Amino acid sequence: MKFTISPEQRQFAGSVQDLLSGADPAGAARAWARGRSGPGRKLLRGLADLGVPALLVDERHGGLGGDPVDLVVAFEVIGYHAVPGPVVESAAVAPVALTGGAARRWLPAVAAGESFATVLAGPEVPLALDADVADFVLDLRAGTVGEVRIAHRVRSIDPARRLFRLAPGESSPVDEGGRAFETGALAVCAQLLGAGQWLLDTAVGYAKQRSQYGRLIGEYQAIKHLLADVATQLELARPLVHGAAVAAAGGDPLLPREVSAAKVFAGQAAYLAARTALQVHGAIGYTEEHDLGLRLTKVRALLGAWGSASFHRARVRRAVAGAA
Amino acid sequence: MDLDIDAESAAFRDEARDWLAEHVPRSPLPSMDTAEGFARHREWEAQLAEARWSVVSWPREYHGRACTPLQWLLFEEEYYAAGAPGRVGQNGIFMLAPTLFAHGTPEQRDRILPSMATGAQVWAQAWSEPEAGSDIAALRSSAVRTDGGWLLSGQKTWSSRAAFADRAFGLFRTDPDAGRHRGLTYFMLDLRAEGVTVRPIPQLDGEPGFAEIFLDKVFVPDDDVLGEPGQGWRVAMTTANNERGLSLRSPGRFVAAAGRLAELWREQGRPASVADRVADAWIGARAYQLYTFGTASRLAEGAELGPESSVNKLFWSQVDVALHETALDLLGPAGETDESWVDGYLFSLAGPIYGGTDQIQRNTIAERLLGLPREARR
Repeated sequence: MKFTISPEQRQFAGSVQDLLSGADPAGAARAWARGRSGPGRKLLRGLADLGVPALLVDERHGGLGGDPVDLVVAFEVIGYHAVPGPVVESAAVAPVALTGGAARRWLPAVAAGESFATVLAGPEVPLALDADVADFVLDLRAGTVGEVRIAHRVRSIDPARRLFRLAPGESSPVDEGGRAFETGALAVCAQLLGAGQWLLDTAVGYAKQRSQYGRLIGEYQAIKHLLADVATQLELARPLVHGAAVAAAGGDPLLPREVSAAKVFAGQAAYLAARTALQVHGAIGYTEEHDLGLRLTKVRALLGAWGSASFHRARVRRAVAGAA
Repeated sequence: MDLDIDAESAAFRDEARDWLAEHVPRSPLPSMDTAEGFARHREWEAQLAEARWSVVSWPREYHGRACTPLQWLLFEEEYYAAGAPGRVGQNGIFMLAPTLFAHGTPEQRDRILPSMATGAQVWAQAWSEPEAGSDIAALRSSAVRTDGGWLLSGQKTWSSRAAFADRAFGLFRTDPDAGRHRGLTYFMLDLRAEGVTVRPIPQLDGEPGFAEIFLDKVFVPDDDVLGEPGQGWRVAMTTANNERGLSLRSPGRFVAAAGRLAELWREQGRPASVADRVADAWIGARAYQLYTFGTASRLAEGAELGPESSVNKLFWSQVDVALHETALDLLGPAGETDESWVDGYLFSLAGPIYGGTDQIQRNTIAERLLGLPREARR
């Protein structure tokens, strides 16, 4: 057993980190929210140059043939920087969902960062993220891939998540046996973890430079203990996310249990990080200008997306007690 | 990254499982905090030792199997899944022994470890004092030089297992003029020596799980100083990390309990009122298990346990309480009478206190892991 990130994966995460920290992802997210996708598309092209959307794509379709552990390593960094766009749908779901002719048609362009997917998955994913920039839609409940026909836009609590109700369009069947949903939920877990880590890092940084009553606020136990709880929850969430990725990589039949445990726990940890970061920052964190809000609203949105905590707890109970 | 169990470790786990299936007592032993129960648990330690299961992570020359951290975790999973008795030797095995391996002399190891491994000598910890709880460095018990050794005086309290144990270990002030953390020395002492009075303290369950120890000029030979005189604080910190860290609370304990909770929930007709808490208990135990697999992997790569052991301790202490609270709520009126869950619940309540309270762990995490400024301290 070697339940740690490999040096290559660490290096890969470092490259994604370097790319994103120098590329103003917060600016891109704000522009994306206003319907200006230019800066976001530039970011997504950068991620494609590093191979992120190619990770799970088979080598014969121009992919890298990586595994879900590589994917969560990348998505933790993507979540850290609140990258906008249909990254889960394109980089995590489409490569798993598409087979045969549909794979030959779409995956080379997905791997190259030139085509994007959007996804519907029954009541867990009822609205299509960024359908206005997507080239095709995967309906995981119906088991189809088809053209995107937008009915109307629906506002999200996270303005950078542009959601759309779709109208029926032409489609053809795909058969992926449920793995695509698990991989999508897994990528969301990693995003939550990354967002939580940014919120913790930023709140810790603020507590080290903000003084009140003549002392740095990070010196007070009231602040320290809040942040220690966040650090603890995130430290324990990470192995669940990695464990689910290992289960996905190995075709483990217990994958739904592992993904659900990760989604519940990473969601809770990220949400605690969000609430705590806001509280530690005080009013400055409540402004539109501060980047904190980009994560706070995204975390809140992702708690419900790809299966709520109730949905995932029920799946855990089915696995460990035989019924929801 | 993988979670594969190598063939050697799998064989080790299977051997442990088979042995435990055959030897674990069919009905639970009486509480180890009674005279009879203590004796029965001591016999169990001897039985474990005879089959080389009492100290699997120790070197072979000391009754161990030199097993890897992963194998230790697997052993513990089997141990708790089998419902095997609590470890009466645990203070010595998991707190003193790692310190002896790190700071002891070869003579001390050869003299002390074999009898610890067999349960022939059971050790109590003697950390706290009436005026030194979380702030251990405030301790006042002293040791003064005499021919061939030291004379120990003062009072220790909340000493786990001291009511029936043979020996104890703890810190004593040897240089009253040095700073708080200097001038402390780590001693091992005989609880039956002249000048020692042990007064058992009944715990919440009515049994004397801990005790006060009064010392009046108790002679301890130089051979029973662990590490250098005056270096006690540094020496003891090794032990502290072991209690909070990987060693003392194995995930097997929580994984087994979470499984039993899920089973109880099923038997009780799957009530919706606690359904989410049952899931959360299982998820928490699984998170802790995977976290320890990560720690074991890092240890195998040569890393050492640092302040992350506080993360570990803060987390499991909370998981344990929540899990048992859920069980009692689930049981309803039987939540006051079900002996096994009630015992587990009462035991879980001590977790956020011993080995450094949850509040002390949060300070450590904030200051040493997150780098927040130290608060002003005297």
